[in-house]
Amino acid sequence: MSNNAWLIAALPLGAFALIALGARRSPALSAWLTILAIGLGGALSLQVLREIAAGARIEQSMEWLPLGHGLGLTVGFQVDPLTAIMLVVVTSVSLLVQIYSLGYMHGDNGYSRYYAAMSLFTFSMLGLVLANSLLTMYIFWELVGLCSYLLIGHWHERPEASAAAKKAFIVTRLGDFGFLLGILFLYWHAGTLEFRGLEEAAAAGRIPAAALTVGMLLVFCGAVGKSAQFPLHVWLPDAMEGPTPVSALIHAATMVVAGVYLMARTFPLLEHSATAMMVVAVVGGFTAIFAASMGIVANDIKRVLAYSTVSQLGYMIMAIGLGAMSAGMFHLFNHAFFKALLFLCAGSLIHLMDTNDLSAMGGLRRQRPITFIATTIAALSLAGIFPLSGFWSKDEILAAAASTNPLLFAAALATVFLTATYMFRLIFLAFLGNPRGQTHDHPEPLSMTIPLLVLIVPSVASGLLGTALFGNPFGSFLEGRAVTAEVNLPVAGISTAVALAGILLAWVLYGDGRVEASARLAARFQPVHTLLVNRYYMDHLYNGFVARIVLGFGWLSNRIDLSLIDAFVNGIGSTTISAATSMRRMQSGQLQAYAWAFFAGTVALAVVAALPLLMGTR
Amino acid sequence: MNVAILSPEISLGAAAAVILLAEAFSAGNLSRVAILALATLGIAVSAAFLIPAQLAGVPTSSFSGAFIQNGFTIYFKLLMLMATFLVLLGSGRFLAQAEGRRAELVALVLLTTAALMLLVSSTELITLYISLEMASLSTAFLAAWMKHQERSAEAGLKFFLLNALSSAVLLYGIALLYGITGQTQLNGIARELVGGATPALLLALALLLAGFGFKVSAVPFHMWTPDVYEGAPTPITAYLSVASKAAGFAVIVRVLQTALPGVQTEWVGLIAILAAVTMTVGNIVAMVQTNIKRMLAYSTIAQAGYILVGVAAGTGQGLGAVLFYLAAYTATNLGAFIAIVEIADRTGSERTSDFAGLHARAPWLAFALAISLLSLAGLPPLAGFFAKIYVFWAAIQTGLGWLVLLGVLNSAISLFYYAQVIHHMYMVPAPSPAPGRSLPTLVAGLTVAIAGVFALGIFSGFFMGLAETAARTLTQ
Repeated sequence: MSNNAWLIAALPLGAFALIALGARRSPALSAWLTILAIGLGGALSLQVLREIAAGARIEQSMEWLPLGHGLGLTVGFQVDPLTAIMLVVVTSVSLLVQIYSLGYMHGDNGYSRYYAAMSLFTFSMLGLVLANSLLTMYIFWELVGLCSYLLIGHWHERPEASAAAKKAFIVTRLGDFGFLLGILFLYWHAGTLEFRGLEEAAAAGRIPAAALTVGMLLVFCGAVGKSAQFPLHVWLPDAMEGPTPVSALIHAATMVVAGVYLMARTFPLLEHSATAMMVVAVVGGFTAIFAASMGIVANDIKRVLAYSTVSQLGYMIMAIGLGAMSAGMFHLFNHAFFKALLFLCAGSLIHLMDTNDLSAMGGLRRQRPITFIATTIAALSLAGIFPLSGFWSKDEILAAAASTNPLLFAAALATVFLTATYMFRLIFLAFLGNPRGQTHDHPEPLSMTIPLLVLIVPSVASGLLGTALFGNPFGSFLEGRAVTAEVNLPVAGISTAVALAGILLAWVLYGDGRVEASARLAARFQPVHTLLVNRYYMDHLYNGFVARIVLGFGWLSNRIDLSLIDAFVNGIGSTTISAATSMRRMQSGQLQAYAWAFFAGTVALAVVAALPLLMGTR
Repeated sequence: MNVAILSPEISLGAAAAVILLAEAFSAGNLSRVAILALATLGIAVSAAFLIPAQLAGVPTSSFSGAFIQNGFTIYFKLLMLMATFLVLLGSGRFLAQAEGRRAELVALVLLTTAALMLLVSSTELITLYISLEMASLSTAFLAAWMKHQERSAEAGLKFFLLNALSSAVLLYGIALLYGITGQTQLNGIARELVGGATPALLLALALLLAGFGFKVSAVPFHMWTPDVYEGAPTPITAYLSVASKAAGFAVIVRVLQTALPGVQTEWVGLIAILAAVTMTVGNIVAMVQTNIKRMLAYSTIAQAGYILVGVAAGTGQGLGAVLFYLAAYTATNLGAFIAIVEIADRTGSERTSDFAGLHARAPWLAFALAISLLSLAGLPPLAGFFAKIYVFWAAIQTGLGWLVLLGVLNSAISLFYYAQVIHHMYMVPAPSPAPGRSLPTLVAGLTVAIAGVFALGIFSGFFMGLAETAARTLTQ
């Protein structure tokens, strides 16, 4: 199966094509085509996982643009442990989200369009993880960006949604520009874009150290944009304008981790540059605490989760920067499940209330007991409470930070505290106390409840795959050799204590759904609150300062374009056309004229041929 | 003497004969579908003879070395068979309406293809000349097919007379070459030509290039092209623009590479000049055309210019690029012409301005034409883009940077007139809905062509590999 792993990506592409070609007329057919394709892909992914675990490694590529002399570009795919894990994560979360969407999107006008875009997205994301070169990856990288744009703007008639879609696209494009430069830069130095070739070149020292640092930092720009790291994190909270299942799949579990995956994939290159590693770790660590602090004050349930995602992505990036690549990937793996679960729970509440506003919820534990339990389990996992999945991967990252960089360790610990606080603030405000808002009186469709129940299992247990208890199968699989996992007891103890303290604080402040606590706190810590609510004024900065410069530059360019370049181009155009008109006149339709032209041409050719002889140069 | 080597050509001839006989026995009432089925069978049998002899297979020759079969000829023959098949599929209602005479038309097309296939395999000047005349004569008939229409009759006559002229010039060149070397075998000529350029040899070279230049519509030997392309029935124009042109290029590269490597410096210079003039004139004059067939006629002239850039490169890489370009060009041009056959049939007009709002009336036709035009302009990821990349890259490798620069400028110019058609189709509102459904055969032909445009672009590496393998067998 691994030999044909590309099939896994091709299946959703086929679903997309069928929907686009006509199945779109039947919404139900569109949905089931998507689910069928992804379900099949998921089964194949599990088979691939088994084969890879048995030691198979696949890489196939074909010449795409052969230019001779060892130049040219190739495209292809590869399957190794890293890819196999991502295939399973993407297909499984995607499958559950598509099933959930059956109920959540029911009756939506763009139901078929939604499933078409979801199929295209899943294809692109699978292509991205299968890619065996930076070039192939970049193609899919841009495709997932496009799908993200289409899905955030799914309700395009809402101005906020289309603005958010544009913002997401443009902000990530900024990072992608750096990524593209990095690709060109690395190609220039290594002469290949295949990961294996690049790794060999870096290992053999064929890429100068400084060039490798610059190249990898440029590549990292792509990850900063896609994985919403500081300072390009601003798009992700706004992206919550998309349908909630989209947020769960794309903006929590899969697409946003593409940046993390990119860094893990290029880790063998990154390793050779201490400077680049440092930058990556610091950006990740800073983003983790920075985003978590904004999560404390957000009142939109999805935005709290969005800040949480940014923060957790920062964790993963930091882990890779600290050299703990497998810990970062392990966290990605666990996070995908519990964060998807959190978003689907949020969707369940929004479906019930028709609002995202936490202050309008309250007391929902009675109407949605399953959602309540699921949210609590996922939140405990996210906060890193033993023995849920989040505990194990977070502990590995913290241990890595503790042993290398005390400052980042402190930041990571503070993040643990903030994470526990904002998650339990969310739970207390939404589920405890008395109802504050109107709810619909309809039962939740089964298609929405089942994915929640299914996702509880990995949210509780996926972490066990990385424990010494079971011989650390995750780490050994990823590294391709037996790796032991050790729990760093002091670190684990401290982090658990800190997380419990965070939960306790949330209880003291908001226990029993005391929504008025928010206002009281806001008044008490007014300057800090204002700063956080305004998201550190980053968006203002971008909108005001940067936009003014960019627009000013645009205005100037436009003037130059109109007065200088257009005049020049138009001049060439009119000259060409007048030349064309006069040439056309030669085409008279007269046979004799044509014959003359033919002979004149023959003579001219003969003269030119004989010119060297006539001139005596031969 | 191995006559079996002619099986692909004989299959086509047999198919033509069967079609004519069947028509006679059915009292002139053979249906369009039946004719198409017989023609398809003939083409399939012909291809079935070719495909086992793989592209990289051992060359076999017969008739005292006058006829050869190797990877190069197989590549071209398969290309021409595919083109013939698509033209017949895409001929649409033209064939349906040509009551009573359509069997003759299809039979003539098949015979022309057989002649072009002989031409591609000729390795001796007399055989080559006879095949060329065979193809040209039937081409003149085809161009004049709608004999009651003045434009069509004029096109046929013009082609016939001017072709006679160019053949005379070509024959003069052949005679000179024979006089110098005493040989008509191409490799025999190469053996005799060891002393380098002499005035007589250069004159022969110029005459040969003028004669072949006529066949591939190189400027200034192109004058017949717009008139004939406009006057001939559109499916025939499509056929001429791909099958005849491909065969013309096959002959040019074969003669230059196998008979005249001794004067390579000289012919590289001449071809480079022809390429420069051809693409520039073709593109510039195309800008002011209002009839889409005339516009495409100039566009094919310009495309011949780009292909000549690859011929001028003169290397194995350049040759591979030429072969790839011809495949890309065949798919693209057929896509454009088949779409136009149907559009003109529905709107009753060949004026670009009457294509307004086509995307609303016939979305698939508009899309197919737009894709073909964008590929002709050389936009990624379509076939035309990669074709240009390979040709230009090969030319850069041999120091023809100036020619490539001119080619790139020309591509920019060409976008102007290609985009204008797209603008009409997509941006200008539709005047009135046009009735009609396309024949399924036409839609199938169009779909295959457009799929080819995408496939040759996206998997260009694979197809370029095939083209290079085929090209290598030419000089072996």
